[in-house]
Amino acid sequence: MGRKLLTEHVNVEGIETFEVYRKHGGYRAVEKALKTMTPEEVVDEVKKSGLRGRGGAGFPTGMKWSFLAKPEGVPRYLVCNADESEPGTFKDRYLMSKLPHLLIEGMIAGSYALGARTSYIYIRGELLYVLRILEKAIAEAYAAGFLGENILGSGYSLDLYVHPGAGAYICGEETALLESLEGKRGNPRNKPPFPAVQGLYARPTVVNNVESIASVVPILNDGGDEYAKLGVGKSTGTKLFSACGHLNKPGIYELELGLPVEEFIYSDEYCGGIWKGRELKAVVAGGSSVPILPKELILKTAAGENRLMTYESLSDGGFVTGTMLGSGGFIAMDETTCIVKNTWNFSRFYHHESCGQCSPCREGTGWLEKVLHRLEHGHGSMHDIDLVVSVAKQIEGNTICPLGEAAAWPVAAAVRHFRDEFEWHVKHPKEATQPGAVYRGAGVLV
Amino acid sequence: MAKITFDGIEVEVPDGTTILNAARKIGGGVVPPAMCYYTPLKGSGGKCRACLVRVAAGSAKDPRPMPKLVASCITPVQDGMVVENTTSPQVLDVRKGIVEMLLINHPLDCPVCDQAGECDLQNFAFEHGVSTTRYEEERRTFEKIDIGPYVQLHMTRCILCYRCVYTADQLTDGRVHGVLGRGDASEIGTYIENIIDNDFSGNVIDVCPVGALTDKTWRFKQRVWFTKPMNAHRECSHEKCNGHVTLWYKGKDVLRVTARKDEYGEVKEWICNECRFDKKETADWIIEGPAHVDRSSVVSQGHYELPVINPQVIADLPESTVRDLQQNPPLKLGGFNG
Repeated sequence: MGRKLLTEHVNVEGIETFEVYRKHGGYRAVEKALKTMTPEEVVDEVKKSGLRGRGGAGFPTGMKWSFLAKPEGVPRYLVCNADESEPGTFKDRYLMSKLPHLLIEGMIAGSYALGARTSYIYIRGELLYVLRILEKAIAEAYAAGFLGENILGSGYSLDLYVHPGAGAYICGEETALLESLEGKRGNPRNKPPFPAVQGLYARPTVVNNVESIASVVPILNDGGDEYAKLGVGKSTGTKLFSACGHLNKPGIYELELGLPVEEFIYSDEYCGGIWKGRELKAVVAGGSSVPILPKELILKTAAGENRLMTYESLSDGGFVTGTMLGSGGFIAMDETTCIVKNTWNFSRFYHHESCGQCSPCREGTGWLEKVLHRLEHGHGSMHDIDLVVSVAKQIEGNTICPLGEAAAWPVAAAVRHFRDEFEWHVKHPKEATQPGAVYRGAGVLV
Repeated sequence: MAKITFDGIEVEVPDGTTILNAARKIGGGVVPPAMCYYTPLKGSGGKCRACLVRVAAGSAKDPRPMPKLVASCITPVQDGMVVENTTSPQVLDVRKGIVEMLLINHPLDCPVCDQAGECDLQNFAFEHGVSTTRYEEERRTFEKIDIGPYVQLHMTRCILCYRCVYTADQLTDGRVHGVLGRGDASEIGTYIENIIDNDFSGNVIDVCPVGALTDKTWRFKQRVWFTKPMNAHRECSHEKCNGHVTLWYKGKDVLRVTARKDEYGEVKEWICNECRFDKKETADWIIEGPAHVDRSSVVSQGHYELPVINPQVIADLPESTVRDLQQNPPLKLGGFNG
């Protein structure tokens, strides 16, 4: 197995407590940053590391930090986006519940780099037990002098708060998160202005994913250049993947970016192949929002090269033959999976989670779900298959926030790659609606 | 100042102006439709996506096109920006899609809706939509709730533009209604059943682009195109109201009082409930003259307004007409927007 930077000590007994974490090299990054580095130098290290946002979009973290407006006498904020709710993604929950101090350490270093005096961790409402773990860890960090006034005698002070959401997927969108954190309805804001200029309480704000912030700790410990040596090309470092679905060994894997997808799925070191000796049918590589790919395209690119677990390789071929790395929610589906049902299920989720603010998403997500429901339950027509593609196209790119795209992409991709399966549902409604019936290509029935 | 090219027309506007307002400066057919943006309401806009336009060049400094269509009502102009609205097939196509989306859950009950004839969605669908629908499933409906003696809420017609929410926020002290629920189940409501009771509550009727909020004192009295709008004013004792209104006449009866609106349906001066609901006699008002209504509006079908002809701008008038005008000059009443 490759090198682990985040989860190296995850199985150490009591690592969630301050003492054990400290004994295993914890808070070295904060000491190093506060005692020997200026905030600009911390930002530079993160820039050098090539770290890309781990929440899904993959925007370079160092660059995001350098965009932060810094007007005189105006407070700035660092907000950690711990509202992880994408179906298939559960890496942040794992990281926070096992290694709460890693996130806190990253928050301190990040806040120092950005000049934030107060920072927030906005956590998903359902993760109440993680919230308690974090609050306990924060109390320990205060007691040890790593939070509060004049940290380590450096003159830098920081207060850190954890704030739970109320259970809305949309609050994982950064501006909806900020609205919710301000105590308002979690509707995404119109951009511009961007959070880097007017974020929380209309102050300059950086919103980062849990894993991005945690990754700052190894970057500061080993140096940005060392971190950048890991990985391939512009996909540097390690990343957590939450593998789930029909795998022999689902779970959280920390991988050095660049591992071939085939090795990740089939190697005993990682997922150990598809369960019950079945065949792989399709993979959703980065959480439910990214396009689904059939087996042939997830293992090899259209050009016949090995598909790697990197931002670039997974998106090779655009949306025609590629997908996205996304948030690392790796969902594998075996040959018994009905793609139509799965697509309907995803679109039911987006229908439920649309905030209802802008018209294409509010009306379109519901429409998609209803038509897919019809197709799945044997009442669809050939026309409906084109209809879902057309509706997805009407939503995509025309909404306030990316939830519109997240709802449209999986539907468009499912029809793109599995059109024959949709058509089979229309042509053979009786067979298709039998329990457990699955299309296996060329009219072969189970 | 920033100079932009909108549909091939150059216009110069102050920095920070939105694309929509730059287009309104040009006026006429190039102006994008707006269902949720409302100039007097801070924070409004960006929601309905009706005003999406294509930015073919971001600015003189960075002439790259913007990757997605942008909402013209909230996007500020940059010097050298090139915007395509009616000249872009993509924009027109997307707008068709927006009409379709908005009409999914909006009932086509125009024949019994008091807003018909002055409805933004009706105009929008007429101008940009298609006459068929591809939606076959059940449509969203709501239980009727009572929000007070003056304002009728028809939630089923609501397109969730949030204008009434901003109005209540910015005009009154305690907003009691808002958006409840999420997605296509969101609704305007008062939590828990409450009546909207303040001196300016009637203004939510004027800002509503559809017939979701209508005037209870005017319900089912008359189709709007059978009435004649007259601008009028009175000395209003309310400190925030200056009593400048439009009276809607049928014969000698004042059926309805509204605030005065400009050509984009935007209220310039808010009026109080006393002026709106309690003063329905001609004797209460000082009449200024007919309110201007656009020729293309169905409200103009009554042809109540005398033609406004200005020989100085129309060069080639026949001599007989010029002579006729000199002998019988058109009445100069009110003029545009009073």
